[in-house]
Amino acid sequence: MDLFLSFIKAFLILMVSIGLLAFIAQQIDPNNPFAEWRNEGATRLGWPALKGLLIAGIIQGFMYGLIALGYSMVYGVLGFINFAHGEVFMVGGMSGWIVSEKLFESGLWEDAFLLALIIVILISIGVSTLTAVIIERVAYRPLRGSPRLIPLITSIGVSFFLQYTVSLLLGPASKSFPVLPEWLTKDRTPLDISGTQIMVLAVAIISMAGLWYYVENTKTGKAMRAVAEDKEIAALMGIDVDKTIVRTFAIGGAMAGVAGIMWGLLFKSLIFTSGFLPGIKAFTAAVVGGVGNLGGAMAGGLSLGVAESTAPLVLLEPLGIPGVSQLKDAVAFVLLISVLLFKPTGLFGERLSDDERA
Amino acid sequence: MSHVLEIKDLNVVFGGLHAMKDLNFHVDEGEIVSVIGPNGAGKTTFFNTITGLVKPTSGDVLYEGHSILGLDPNQVTALGIARTFQNVRLFANMTVIENVMVAQHCRTSQGALSALLNTKAFKQEEREIREYGEKVLAFFGSRLVGYRFDQPAFVLSYANRRRLEIARAMATKPKLLLLDEPVAGMNPKESAELTALIGRLRSEWGFTIVMIEHDMSVVRDVSDRVVVLDHGETIAQGDFDEVSNDPGVIEAYLGRPLENAEDNT
Amino acid sequence: MNDSSSLPAPPPWSFDPRRLGRLGGLAGLTMAFICLIGMPVKIDTVPLIERHLSRGYTSLVWVPIVFGFIVASQVVLEGMQARKRGLGDIIDGTVVGGLGGFLVGVLAWLINNYDIRDPLINWSPALYDFLTFSKGTGFAFFIWTALGLGLGAVGAGLQVLPAAYRRMATWPAIAIVSVSVLEAAFSDLLENLKLEFVADAIYAKQRGVTVKGAIILAVLATVVAFGRDRVKTLVASANANGTVLPGAALLDNVAASTRKKISTALVVVAIFVVPLFLGRIMHELLANVGLFILLALGLNVVVGLAGILDLGYVAFFAVGGYTTAVLTSPFAPWWTPELPWFVSLIVVMFVAALVGLIIGAPVIRMRGDYLAIVTLGFGEIIRLLFLSDWLSPYFGGAQGITNIPGVELGVTTIKGTDPRAVFYLVMVFCIVAIYASWRLENSRLGRAWMAIREDESVAEAMGINTVNAKLAAFVTGAVLASFSGAIFAAKAGSIFPGSFKILVSVILLVVVIVGGMGRIAGVMVGAAVLIGVLGGPSQPGLLQEFGEYKLLIYGVLLVLMMLKRPEGLLPNVRRSRELHGDELTQDVWIKAQIEMDEEDGSATTEGEVAPA
Repeated sequence: MDLFLSFIKAFLILMVSIGLLAFIAQQIDPNNPFAEWRNEGATRLGWPALKGLLIAGIIQGFMYGLIALGYSMVYGVLGFINFAHGEVFMVGGMSGWIVSEKLFESGLWEDAFLLALIIVILISIGVSTLTAVIIERVAYRPLRGSPRLIPLITSIGVSFFLQYTVSLLLGPASKSFPVLPEWLTKDRTPLDISGTQIMVLAVAIISMAGLWYYVENTKTGKAMRAVAEDKEIAALMGIDVDKTIVRTFAIGGAMAGVAGIMWGLLFKSLIFTSGFLPGIKAFTAAVVGGVGNLGGAMAGGLSLGVAESTAPLVLLEPLGIPGVSQLKDAVAFVLLISVLLFKPTGLFGERLSDDERA
Repeated sequence: MSHVLEIKDLNVVFGGLHAMKDLNFHVDEGEIVSVIGPNGAGKTTFFNTITGLVKPTSGDVLYEGHSILGLDPNQVTALGIARTFQNVRLFANMTVIENVMVAQHCRTSQGALSALLNTKAFKQEEREIREYGEKVLAFFGSRLVGYRFDQPAFVLSYANRRRLEIARAMATKPKLLLLDEPVAGMNPKESAELTALIGRLRSEWGFTIVMIEHDMSVVRDVSDRVVVLDHGETIAQGDFDEVSNDPGVIEAYLGRPLENAEDNT
Repeated sequence: MNDSSSLPAPPPWSFDPRRLGRLGGLAGLTMAFICLIGMPVKIDTVPLIERHLSRGYTSLVWVPIVFGFIVASQVVLEGMQARKRGLGDIIDGTVVGGLGGFLVGVLAWLINNYDIRDPLINWSPALYDFLTFSKGTGFAFFIWTALGLGLGAVGAGLQVLPAAYRRMATWPAIAIVSVSVLEAAFSDLLENLKLEFVADAIYAKQRGVTVKGAIILAVLATVVAFGRDRVKTLVASANANGTVLPGAALLDNVAASTRKKISTALVVVAIFVVPLFLGRIMHELLANVGLFILLALGLNVVVGLAGILDLGYVAFFAVGGYTTAVLTSPFAPWWTPELPWFVSLIVVMFVAALVGLIIGAPVIRMRGDYLAIVTLGFGEIIRLLFLSDWLSPYFGGAQGITNIPGVELGVTTIKGTDPRAVFYLVMVFCIVAIYASWRLENSRLGRAWMAIREDESVAEAMGINTVNAKLAAFVTGAVLASFSGAIFAAKAGSIFPGSFKILVSVILLVVVIVGGMGRIAGVMVGAAVLIGVLGGPSQPGLLQEFGEYKLLIYGVLLVLMMLKRPEGLLPNVRRSRELHGDELTQDVWIKAQIEMDEEDGSATTEGEVAPA
C-alpha cells in the first residue's frame, strides 16, 4: 500500500522532471536529441509567447484567488467545503451581465465607462453577496453541528439548484457581454498587457487589499478569526457567532461577485455552468495555499493560474502529448492531487480549527 | 531478559511544549503498573505514543525487544497492545456483540471473497469470532450478556460502557493492556468491583497491564508498581507505599510546602 | 411521564401576523418562482383531468396547500403537550394561502405593466394569459386570492383532521395525480394485459384522466384508506380484548422472517413478470432504470456502507464501458481482440479493480471532504482523457467507439434493439450486486466499515487497517460500476465521453441519499422512482415534459433531504442514528441514567441487605 503510494509519487516527480528537462533542452536547441526524443516537431517557445502565457496565467490566478478566498474563509469558520461557492461566482457574473446589457442599451457604457463599470461591479457584488447570505440562512444554518459531509452534500444540491435556476430563468444560451470601449482594449506597451487585463488586475488587487484590511484591522475581522478558532468560546466572549458567520459568507460572496463580473468582461461570455470548473479550481487554489489561510488562498490562486496556463506547453508538449490545451483542466486536478499527496496542509500552511486537531 | 515494553529516553514536543521529557519506562510480563500524576502530566500522551497515535521527537519504544516506532496504530494493536480511552469511545451505533466482534479484526483473516462465497472457513471463523466475543463479555458477569448482545452500545449506562470498552480491548487478544482511567466516573461500589476484575485480568487471562488512574484506592489495590509522571518526567517509581510517601510526589500533587513558597517569592 | 395532566399546558392559539406574513410571502415567492422558470406554461399542454384541471395549474396549486399545512403544523418538544388544532389553524392557513395567491396576482399585474423579458425569458404574454385565464389582471387578483384562501384552508384543514381522515383526503389526490401523470406506463401495461377497456375508462387518450376515471380512482383510494384504517382498529381492539380474529392464527403461525421472505419473493417475481406485459418504450425505460439501480447499488457500498463520499463514481462506469468497447468492438481504433462480451467482462473486472486501486491509493487517506472533491476531479480527468486528442488513437476521442456487438448468449444476442433482454440481464447483475452487498455487510469487512464510519481513529486503534478496509469498499464499488458500464456499452452499441459527465455521479448520489444510504431496498426504490419518473442525466423518464426541470428538482431534493431527512426515505436504522447523533445524545443519556439507577436498585435488593 505504502509502496504503491511511493510509486505514484515517484511517477509524478519523474514525469514532471522529464517534462521540464525536455522543455529546457528544447529551449536551448529544438533539434537536440533529448528534446526530439518524445516530441519530434519540437520548437523553441519564444519569450513573447511565454510571457503571454504567464500574464494570462497571473490574471486568471487572481480570479481564482478571489473565489478561493470565499472557500477558504468559509472552511476556516465552519469547516466544510461550500461547493455552491462557484455558483455564487456565476450568479455574480450573470447579474453583472444583465446590468451591463442594460447600461449598454442606455448608452452609459460607452459614454462614461468607468462609472458604468463601478455600477456593474457594485450590483454584482450586491447580488452575489445576497445569494451567499440566503444560502447560508436557508441551507447551512440548520445543519450546523451535523456530520461534516452533510453540509457538503447539501452544498452540491444548492449548486445544482442555482445552476438550473439561472438556466431556466435566463435561458440556457451563453450570454455575451457588451464590447468594451476602444481605449481600453487596444494593446498597451511595453509589457503587452491589454487594457482589459490591467482593469481586471486593478480591480482584483483593490478588492483583495480591501478584504485584507477588513480582516486584519477591524473588529469584525477579529471576531471572524475568533469564531474560526472556537465557536463556543467566541460566543462566551460576547461575539455574535451567527452574525459573524453571515458576514463571512457575505464577504466570500462579494469577492466571488467581483471575480464573476471580471471573468465575464475578460472572456466576454458566461453560461449557467460557468461557475462549476472555476469553483473547483478555486477550491484547488485554496488547498494549494493552505485552507483557512487568506494570503495562502491568493498565492494558491496565482500558482494555479500560472501552472494551468504554462504547464500544457512547458511540461506536456515536450513529452510529446498532442492537443495539450485540452488537458488544461486536468492539470489543475493533478496539481490538487499532488499537493494533497505531498503536502496536505498546503504550500503555505493551514490554519486548523480545534476539532480538526483532535 | 527483555521487558514486555520498554521505553528509552522518550521525548515528545508539541510546538514549544515538552509533553514527554527523557522518559524511561518498562513493564515486565505479568506486571500491573499504574501511571499516576496530576492533570496535564502527559499520561494520555504517554499512551498515545505507545499506540502510535503520536510520533515522538526522539527516543525509542520497544515491544518484546523490537522497536514499534513508526508503526500505524493498527499494526501496534496487531502486535498485541490494546488500549481503552479516557473519554469512552465505543462504536455507539454498533451492538454490544458487534463491538467485541469488530475488535477481533486483526486476529482474523477471512476476506471479501470468502464472505461472498460464504465458504466453510468463513462460517467457521464467524462462529469463532462470535463465541470469543461472548466469552469476553461473559467475563463481566451478567451485565453485557443475553439480550444485551444485540443492543446498540449507546443505550448502555456509563459504567457498562466502560466495561464494554475493556471487553473490546480484550477482544483484540492482546498481551499488553493499556487502560486509561478505567474507573473514572464510577461509583465506589462499581470501582471496587472493577478493581477486582483488573486483578483477574492478569490472573485468568494473563494480560500484562499498564493503567492510568486517578483513584488511589484502585491504584493501591492492584498495582505491583506505581510510576508518577509530572510535566512529562518520571518523578518517582516504586510500590504504592514508597511512592505515596515521596516528598516530590506530594509536592507535585499538592504544591510546595508553604515556607518554600515564601522563600521563592 | 405518560400522565399528560402533569405537563405544562401548551400556549393557546394566537394570531401571529409576522409568521403568517413570512410564510405567505414564501408561498407567493415559490409560486412566482415556478411561474418564472416557465414550468406552468410549458407543461400545460397535457391536462391532469380531462377538460377540468391542467398539469400547468397543478404545478401551482399544490403550493398554498403545502404552506397551509406547514403553518398549521407545530413543533412538539419533549415534555410539552400538543396543542389541540382548531379553527385558529384554519384561519392561519387561509391567511397564508390567500397572501400567496394575492402575490401571484401581483405577478400578473407586473407582467402586464413592465417588460423585463430581456433577461427573464419566461416573463411572457403566454404566462400572463395563463395567470389571468385570459380575463385580465383584475380577474387574476380575484381568482388567485380566492384559490389561495380556499387551498390554504384545505392545507391547514389536513392538519386539523385526525390522521385517518387525512389519509382519506390525501390518498385520492395522490392516486389521481400519479395515475394521470404515469399514463404512459399504465396504459401500456393495461393494453398488454388485454385490459384496454380499463384504460379507456380511465384515460382520455393522452388528455389526462377522464372525469369518470378520476371519480373511480378517488372512490377506490378512499375505500382503500378507509379499509386499511378499519382493519387496523379491528386488530388493535381485538388485541386489547384478547379475542382472536379469524385468520389471525394463520398469520401468527408464519414467522416474521418467513413473511419477509415471501414478500421479497413476490417482489422479485413481479420484477421479472411485469416487463412481459409492457411495450417497447417501457422496456427502454426499465433498462435505463436497471442500469442506474446497478450503479446505485455499487455506490451504496462505497457511500452507504463504508461512508466514503465518492463523487467521481462515474469514472468506473466509464472504465467499464470503454474497456468493453475496446475488447469487443471491431471498430476500436487501436486494438481489436473482438472478444465475446462475457470473456471481456472478466477483463473489465480486473481493469476496474486496478483503476480503483490506482485512484483509491492516493485518495483513501484523505479527510472525507477532500476525498469528495478529489474523486470528483478524478471523474472529470478520466472523461477529459477519453475525450483528448492524446488518447484518441486508443479510445477514439470525441468520435467514441462504435459497433459494439452486444452480449452473445449462444442462441441470441442481447443488445439495445431488445431493451427487455437488457433489463433482464441488468437484473441478474443487480441480484449479484445485492447478494454481494448483503454478504459483505454482514462479514468481518462489513463490521470494519461500520466501525470506520463510527469513529475512524478508534477503529484504527482497535487493529483495523482502515486504509485497506476503505480501499476494499472503493474497489468493490468500482467493480460493480464497471459491470454497469459493460452492459451500458453493449446496450448502446457505441460509446462516447459525453455519457460520463460528473452529472451522472451527482444524480447517483441523489438516488442513494433519497432512497436511504446503506439500505439496499431504499437505494433500489430510490433509483427506480427517480430515474423512472424524472429520468437520468440523458435518459428520459416517464415525465418527459419535465425533462428541463429534472436537474433543478434533483438539486432541490438533495437539499431538502439533507435538511429534513438525511437518512433517506427508506432508511437504514443504524445509518439514521448516526446522522441524528445530536438529537439522540440527550435522550440516551437520560435512558442510561435511569437504567443505572435501576441496576443499582436491583443490586441492592438482590445482594446485600437493603438499609431500612
